[in-house]
Amino acid sequence: MLRQLTRGLRALTNRSATDREITDEVEHYLTQAAAEHEQRGVPRREALRLARLELGNVTTAREQVRGYGWENIVESALADLRYASRRLRSSPGFTFVTALTLAVGIGATTAIFSVVNGILFDPLPYPNPERVVAIRELGTGGAQNAGTFGMYHELAARARSFDAIAVFKSWQPTITGANEPERLEGQRVSARYFSALGITPIVGRAFDASDDRLDGPRVVILSDALWKRRFQADRAVVGKTITLDDDSYLVVGIMPSGFDNVLAPQAVIWAPLQYDLTQGRAWGHHLRTIARLSPGVSIELATREVDAIGRAVLTETRPETYDLATRFDAISLRGELTRGVRSALLAIMAAVALVLVIASVNVTNLLLARGVQRRGEFSLRVALGAARGRVVRQLLTESVLLAVVGGTLGLLVAGLGLRALVALSPAELPRVAAIGIDRTMFLFAFVVTTLVGLASGLAPALQAMRADPNGDLQRVSRRTAGGLGHTRAALVITEVAIALVLLVSSGLLLRSVERLFAVDVGFSSSNVLTMQVQATGHRFDGEGAIGHFFEQALDNVRRVPGVTSAALTSQLPLSGDADMYGARFDPGVPNDPGPNRGTFRYAVMGDYFATMSIPLRRGRLIDDRDRAGAPLVALISESMAKRRLPGQDPIGKRIYIGPAGPYTVVGVVGDIRQESLALAETDAVYTTPSQWPFPDNPMSLVVRARSDPAALTSSVRSAVWAVDKDQPIVRVATMEALLSGSAASRRFALRLFEAFGLAALILAAAGIYGVLAGSVVERWREIGVRSALGASQGAIMGLVLRQGLRMTTVGVILGIGIAALATRMLATLLFGVSHIDPLTYVGVIVLLVATSVVASALPAWRASRVDPVTALRSE
Amino acid sequence: MEDNNTDVIQGTLDLLILKTLSLQPLHGFGIARRIEQISRGVFKVNPGSLLTALQRLERAGWLDAEWRDTENSRRAKYYSLTRAGLKQLDAETADWNRRVSAVARLLKAEA
Repeated sequence: MLRQLTRGLRALTNRSATDREITDEVEHYLTQAAAEHEQRGVPRREALRLARLELGNVTTAREQVRGYGWENIVESALADLRYASRRLRSSPGFTFVTALTLAVGIGATTAIFSVVNGILFDPLPYPNPERVVAIRELGTGGAQNAGTFGMYHELAARARSFDAIAVFKSWQPTITGANEPERLEGQRVSARYFSALGITPIVGRAFDASDDRLDGPRVVILSDALWKRRFQADRAVVGKTITLDDDSYLVVGIMPSGFDNVLAPQAVIWAPLQYDLTQGRAWGHHLRTIARLSPGVSIELATREVDAIGRAVLTETRPETYDLATRFDAISLRGELTRGVRSALLAIMAAVALVLVIASVNVTNLLLARGVQRRGEFSLRVALGAARGRVVRQLLTESVLLAVVGGTLGLLVAGLGLRALVALSPAELPRVAAIGIDRTMFLFAFVVTTLVGLASGLAPALQAMRADPNGDLQRVSRRTAGGLGHTRAALVITEVAIALVLLVSSGLLLRSVERLFAVDVGFSSSNVLTMQVQATGHRFDGEGAIGHFFEQALDNVRRVPGVTSAALTSQLPLSGDADMYGARFDPGVPNDPGPNRGTFRYAVMGDYFATMSIPLRRGRLIDDRDRAGAPLVALISESMAKRRLPGQDPIGKRIYIGPAGPYTVVGVVGDIRQESLALAETDAVYTTPSQWPFPDNPMSLVVRARSDPAALTSSVRSAVWAVDKDQPIVRVATMEALLSGSAASRRFALRLFEAFGLAALILAAAGIYGVLAGSVVERWREIGVRSALGASQGAIMGLVLRQGLRMTTVGVILGIGIAALATRMLATLLFGVSHIDPLTYVGVIVLLVATSVVASALPAWRASRVDPVTALRSE
Repeated sequence: MEDNNTDVIQGTLDLLILKTLSLQPLHGFGIARRIEQISRGVFKVNPGSLLTALQRLERAGWLDAEWRDTENSRRAKYYSLTRAGLKQLDAETADWNRRVSAVARLLKAEA
């Protein structure tokens, strides 16, 4: 065994020495044989001749000896490789085009795969990640509600399925101290939060039950990033206190650097929830619930348990905030995080796979076209005794080599593409930070490259194998259309069909985004600057202190040159804010009995409606009269008035909003889009902060500028800081940016689909051109005969154009069928347009047919210029 | 020249080489001649097949090869039997005998 290996390796690495040895041995044999004949008295020359006769062909003998051993298989593979690379080098144009095609196909597929794999399939970075679940509350119709502390409390006490169960909410404390004040992203979490994820602090300790109680100790855990950035990675910070919102907090732990907090990736600081059960807020829906399953407990089992407990709790306590038909379930945390993007990502993955298929088909087509030109070569090789398998191996080597070149370039493309994807990705994409170039990506690229190489080489190889040496050698110079015309036409038809599917998809997305931006948001976004302002610290503890700060800040901002009007609002449209309450009119008012949707509640200060250009429909706006102590007044939105009070005058009606009220409706204003452009939820109630029982803090500042709003950023900020320089200002954005950001994920998908669709269109056009150009060359003689027999140039052009259109038509018909089915995958991304929108389909068909005519034009023109005399003589 | 079949019986070349080398180390030509001599000309060895077989047997570890000077002072590749080769010879001999006697019995039964 060892001997086989070493001798083989020696033969491979030092072929000439082994060859010499074999030659020497054969030579020796020859001289010995000759010497023997000579001894018997045969003359020297004759003896040599006899010896040669005996040995047979010396070269054959040598080859025979040489052909033994495994190294020869390797060697022939290497020879194939050398030959293949020589062939590829000898036609650089062809190699460049195909390698580039494959590079784009493989690169794009690999990049998208990395993103999709990272988001959808990579397990969460926690121990036993499959046991981490989210607990959901599903209202009637499947709407998902945030969790409540009351329900968490009951589940924690009763459920047996979990090792740990936890709730959390976001928290933005402002840190002060030696460095400048900074508002931090953080979370308030119940005691078992980190246990549920399965990660413990690397320094110090996690929270425990004694931390997480009302008026418990003020303790925090820092993220590695914050610890390094603000505390110079000093371990001694554990056990010291830091100042957050003017309160001292004891640092008890530091999380490890690898801790990826998927539920709030931006969070850098954590404090115990310390929930106040006494304020009657226990049943307010504003928490998220996660849990870690006990070993051996399935998600189904856990779902059954939480549902049973949840229903029991509702029956026992009947909290007002719950729809009694609410169901509860457990779902894998990864599934919950990716729920919103899953279908879009899968659609994008499918689209890029189609691009790869189209790229491979194109390469197959190019190889087939070359195969026709090389028929003579193959036939010659077979005639000279090459086994057909050997010719097939040679061709597959060529296509795999081509794929490897393409794949290597593709990795480059993938690397760049991945960076671009991560940079362009909409904020909704979870876990994007974890996406990078990794082993899986290389493995994927390698597998795809090999498959593409083999697949694209298969048809040409089979074609070569069918080659008939006799016929082909005789025919080598004659131009005739062979049977493979059908194969190539079929491939082009496939390309056209795929291109149609991709183009229809991007067309539908394009129309959706157009529709989306054509939506009347109900306010004017141009020249509006927004930012979030907060009043933090004990200096605002006094009655009315917060309101006073905001009033002063607003006054200062109004005086900034270039500002035409300014206002403050408790929630900003399209910014991700969603503050909803149940709203009900006085019992005496007959109001719509339908399901009580949540009503957005806005507390606004200043000229909010003028600044946002939200029209007043009836009655009056809120003004300076409506201050604390004055009668409570509210405005309601137009559609709320129509839906809740059909046929009645809303002015003067009294309304309760959550825990507050009654407010007297004094005016009706226009509807606006709050959560997203696509959601037409429009029930809204406006009050002033001074007439709302709880302080609204932070507030969003909206500023209408005379010209470019972004240019005012620093002067507006200084105006606020002139009141109190320690107050953090965050989320600075123009309203335009918020508007376009709200469609980010659709636009992201649209961009990708547009790129894929364009690539597919170009490749399909190249495919049509290639086949027609090849067919014109093959039919040279036939065309010559036709024109000799009197066919006009136009008729001959028509011949070629018809051939192109035939392929396109079949492809289009096939594509329409596929597209009608495949675009269902896009359903969640579409808006205001059906997935079988006729306009899109017609547009795409026109585009494809036009492209195919353009692609056919050059071959057709060339055919029309065939000179019958030359064509007929060319034999 | 003659109609007599002088081809080495298929599959026996290895056995013949091993047996020949078990008597003494020889170079390729020597092996061919020795087989012809001992078989009294019944077998003529094709040099191409012989050299290939030698290569194969050497790779299998049954033969050792060494370049040495011959009696008339030319360099030649001498083959000798290894321990493994000897074992292989025994095995192939036993196998051959078994088959020969089987064929003989068959022929007898028909006669």
